[in-house]
Amino acid sequence: MGGEVIAPMLTARVQLRRSNPGAAPFTLDVSLQISPGITILFGPSGAGKSTLLDCIAGLVRPDAGRIAVGDDILFDSHTRVNRRPQERRVAYVFQTLALFPHMSAEENVAYGLDGLPQQERTARVDEILKAFRVDTLRKRRPSEISGGERQRVALARSLVTQPRVLLLDEPLTGLDSQLKSAIVDDLRAWNDARRIPILYVTHSREEVDALGERVIAMDHGRVVGEGLPMDVLEAPRRRRLAQAAGFENLLSGTVVDLREPDGVMRVRLKESLCEIEVPLGYATAGDRVVVAIRAGDILLATAPPHDLSARNVIEGRIIALETRGTLVRARVDCGVEFIVHLTPGATRSLELAEGRRVWLVLKTHSCHFVQE
Amino acid sequence: MDALLLSLRLALCVSAILLAGGIPLAYWLAYSNWRGKFLLEAIVALPLVLPPTVLGFYVLVAMGPQGPLGKLWHTFFGHGLAFTFEGLVLASVLYSLPFAVQPLIASFESVDRKLLDASSVLGASRFKTFSRVILPLSIPGLVTALVLSFAHTMGEFGVVLMVGGNLAGITRTVSIDIYDHVQSLEYAAANRMALVLLAISFTVLSLVYAVNRQVGSQLGRRLWTPWAAK
Repeated sequence: MGGEVIAPMLTARVQLRRSNPGAAPFTLDVSLQISPGITILFGPSGAGKSTLLDCIAGLVRPDAGRIAVGDDILFDSHTRVNRRPQERRVAYVFQTLALFPHMSAEENVAYGLDGLPQQERTARVDEILKAFRVDTLRKRRPSEISGGERQRVALARSLVTQPRVLLLDEPLTGLDSQLKSAIVDDLRAWNDARRIPILYVTHSREEVDALGERVIAMDHGRVVGEGLPMDVLEAPRRRRLAQAAGFENLLSGTVVDLREPDGVMRVRLKESLCEIEVPLGYATAGDRVVVAIRAGDILLATAPPHDLSARNVIEGRIIALETRGTLVRARVDCGVEFIVHLTPGATRSLELAEGRRVWLVLKTHSCHFVQE
Repeated sequence: MDALLLSLRLALCVSAILLAGGIPLAYWLAYSNWRGKFLLEAIVALPLVLPPTVLGFYVLVAMGPQGPLGKLWHTFFGHGLAFTFEGLVLASVLYSLPFAVQPLIASFESVDRKLLDASSVLGASRFKTFSRVILPLSIPGLVTALVLSFAHTMGEFGVVLMVGGNLAGITRTVSIDIYDHVQSLEYAAANRMALVLLAISFTVLSLVYAVNRQVGSQLGRRLWTPWAAK
């Protein structure tokens, strides 16, 4: 038949309970299917992302579950299969990269190719050093090259062994976004021909937006969302995820009533008379909820606005204005405190100042209902 | 000069044996998860705190004609162990054990665990990880272990006296020789030997600290010395 070879999918069901003295016990309980291509594993630190990768690589043994690449079982608690990391053909780039400091870039990359004849080894090392644009640095040690170059060497080292799965644990932290996307482009180009599942861990919202791939969101050792970045992160279902996804305003409140025909419910914000309309969620009157609103989604007016489609208009007073680069961060007291992001231009033309009376305008669909 | 040559020969033998035997022992102590490991750790460290006479006494008893070691040695080689050069080597190996093993453990343990994980996921066996990653990154520890066990053996007195006695050319080491000279009021001869020993010890320790500083700053960490232990 011929045609394209489709790399097998990674499936992982992992249960792991860890109790550290002095800390609350941590439970990891996830089930994932990772198709060929890049999948982002997103979540706040401590969500269990790295532990999950360690289980897939065979560095940590789950209490129960099953991990397989296609039909090849790497771990199965029922049949007592637990293959050693050496036998899994799962490549892993750590956050610290873990390049061998006493070896040159070339020696690092060739490290996993011991079984091959010299000629093929050299050919493969050459090919991958070129693919990741580090062939001119081959004789240099990790301490003698830049951070971005080290990351490229680490990717080359793990991919040269032709793994069946690639795990990346925040491999590009600390790089500026241009450098990041250049490296990701090279990784994509390399993977276009192979199509292996790549699991890319990050806790940075910015990286998720840059990569724009399928996202699996994790928190407290569980999967809490799965799908496109828009769907998973724009309407986060959990408070910690909302924080990580960059919602500056997380306001607790109580549901006053549900208006099902209108598709909204009214929420009274804590310790204030402020009531806002948010889209209907799974809640009943009297429930305590959290509402997440991006600072950039709030409009600010210096006179009471009318004839608006937006349903929520709240009066308040500016208590602080801070300029941060091209952004002005306003703290507005409306009984509860809101953070509003403005441009310096808007701040000037509205003549905003501390103490000034303002009206905040919130679109109903900018107010996200979040579970605690 | 006989005594000096004997001491040098003894120190060379002992540090070679300690390096060869100390590496696997230190590897095991550094990476084993066995619960009873602390017992072995305590045994290895014992010579640091035990008076040499106590260690020497038990070694002597074990090596005597009725002792297990002495008997075993007799069946293989046809003569006893006590008051021989071989006996002296054995006793010195025990006495200098912590000076070889502790720096090795410390340098093995300070190798970043992530490097070992990286090696495993790249398919390397334990032996390859040890020989290609752990050992090359522990060279300063190896140097420290070698130098310290050499120096410590050069300067030992109590154990040699207990186990070796004082046989010229066989067990009379420099330190015993100095003691002899002082006993017979030959201060000039004692001073000559003492100066030689002082010079050797000073050179060796300067070397250790120089290596420590040089490599320690490169690796961003300090290496083990008995004075900075624990």
